[in-house]
Amino acid sequence: MLSDAEWQAIALSLKIAGSAVGWILIPGVAVAWLLARHDFRGKSLLDGLLHLPLVLPPVVVGYLLLLSLGRSGWLGQWLYQATGFSLPFTWQGAAVAGGVMAFPLLVRAVRLSLEAVDPKLEAAAATLGANRLRVLFTITLPLAIPGLLTGAVLAFARALSEFGATITFASNIPGQTRTLPLALYTLIQTPGREAAAARLCVLSIVIAMLSLLASEWLARRARRRLQERDQ
Amino acid sequence: MTTMTPTPQQPTPNDQQTVPDDQPTAPEADARALDCKLRKRLGHFTLDLSLRVPGSGVTALFGQSGSGKTSLLRLIAGLDRPDDGRVQLGERKLTDVSRRLHVPAHRRGLGVVFQEARLFPHYRVRGNLTYGMPASARGRFDGLVNLLGIEPLLDRLPGTLSGGEARRVAIGRALLTAPRLLLMDEPLTGLDGERKQELLRYIVRLTREIDIPVVYVSHDPAEIVAVADHLALIDSGRLVAHGALDDLMMRLDLTDRLGGFDAATRLQASVVDHDDHYALTRVMLDDGQPLKIPRVAQPPGSAVSLRIGVRDVALAREMPRGTSYRNGVSARIEAIARSTQSPSINEVRLSVGRQRLRARLTREACDDLQLAEGDRVIALIRSVAFDPRT
Repeated sequence: MLSDAEWQAIALSLKIAGSAVGWILIPGVAVAWLLARHDFRGKSLLDGLLHLPLVLPPVVVGYLLLLSLGRSGWLGQWLYQATGFSLPFTWQGAAVAGGVMAFPLLVRAVRLSLEAVDPKLEAAAATLGANRLRVLFTITLPLAIPGLLTGAVLAFARALSEFGATITFASNIPGQTRTLPLALYTLIQTPGREAAAARLCVLSIVIAMLSLLASEWLARRARRRLQERDQ
Repeated sequence: MTTMTPTPQQPTPNDQQTVPDDQPTAPEADARALDCKLRKRLGHFTLDLSLRVPGSGVTALFGQSGSGKTSLLRLIAGLDRPDDGRVQLGERKLTDVSRRLHVPAHRRGLGVVFQEARLFPHYRVRGNLTYGMPASARGRFDGLVNLLGIEPLLDRLPGTLSGGEARRVAIGRALLTAPRLLLMDEPLTGLDGERKQELLRYIVRLTREIDIPVVYVSHDPAEIVAVADHLALIDSGRLVAHGALDDLMMRLDLTDRLGGFDAATRLQASVVDHDDHYALTRVMLDDGQPLKIPRVAQPPGSAVSLRIGVRDVALAREMPRGTSYRNGVSARIEAIARSTQSPSINEVRLSVGRQRLRARLTREACDDLQLAEGDRVIALIRSVAFDPRT
């Protein structure tokens, strides 16, 4: 039904989007918790910085990634010297680009769900002898699970559809960084491949719908589990 | 502000005077006393008081809503920081602003029962109970669960509990942390009459069983009379009066604050025998005078505490005949004061044996009978509410 190139693009897309969510999950939850439960100087600045990928042209984000993480970039240089590995033009690089673009969405969703957890329960846990870390892992996070799942799926979908930052930072290498959107773009650029482009277009829609449905299902299941406990 | 308690300094021998209790305080109880001297701006007034909570018994923080009781409790628990002052439990300093010391709530070792039960919805009752339980308290689990009557609830989720059940679990959860002090913030709020009485009975039983001091926040005089041994009266962040509850209930000048219209006093008595036909119980005051009260369950010889509303006491020069008043006890008038509530009313304080009792009479009746301080009279008691605390 699907051609090898199509399968390759799908598998690569899933791998890259999955890795993207994987690497931003813990920092994303940490930042969301910081924003939801703490007041500190520079909070709004951090909040603004976090939202930049949402409002900047993705190409700009990709270019900034190239500047900082490229082999001669301030971070990339260090990485290259330490490991002999460089991110641009690799699938890992594409995962970094996707993760950066998805980060604000994840943080927003997780922050909202953390804020919805009643601080009174956290205070009660503290009076029962639980330190902040124990409160986080036994009260706050378990109660925020539905939002966490929604955030993760949203981030996954965003990383899956990443185009601008990826093509700028990781380029468009078949089997390496050519994800679904990039493959689609390549087909559109090639005369006479309109039918193949349409197939990929439909595929993209199907995958996006599936991930949204999965998100809904997971969130509803988690909410139901919490509610069962509530009735 | 009239503070009966001098500012508690470092514990010294003559610090005994600051313990607002008739009984001498045992040294070990002293080491468990809570001292605080706190100041914190709260919206439109400033909480500013020093208070010593005795190392045993129930101390009620009493005052109208918004008087700063709950804020005080939060400062003691370490959930908020004061602008100035200190909190000390026995020898252990918990807060000392001048030394920048603030032991965080989770390391204070205090049990807190909040107005709402605040049970964790994703843990079963058992999980809630054991959440803060150290291994050393494991042996107390069964006994406490039994005492609170929550054994059948252990595998339920908090969302399935009634208000009273949830409060009981919350109390058990706080006590199973083996706290050195239990703080209770209006634990009966939001319960209806019968559930309220039920939980109150549990709390009264519990406070007799546990050997740690309890701070009990409430704005309900009836609740206080049932539960408390000591009372700290708080108004707009200040301590108005502080001492043994029975003493404060005798203070005619505090009538407005301590119950007003429904003010009451307590008499201690012991059960003599029961009259099953009329469902009455005969009890005896410490000076040997008998009283009849509605049937109670306590066996002969046990001590009971009677709650007597000031409106339920009438005075006569001699025992009248043909009256429906069942109880007449010989009393002596200690003080008569004009009521601050109504110009037609006098508040009268009586001594009955070594105990004291109060009556509320019209000023006209006082003048007709020519009642004066020192006079011997008969106190006619209409009805006696049995106070479950014995």
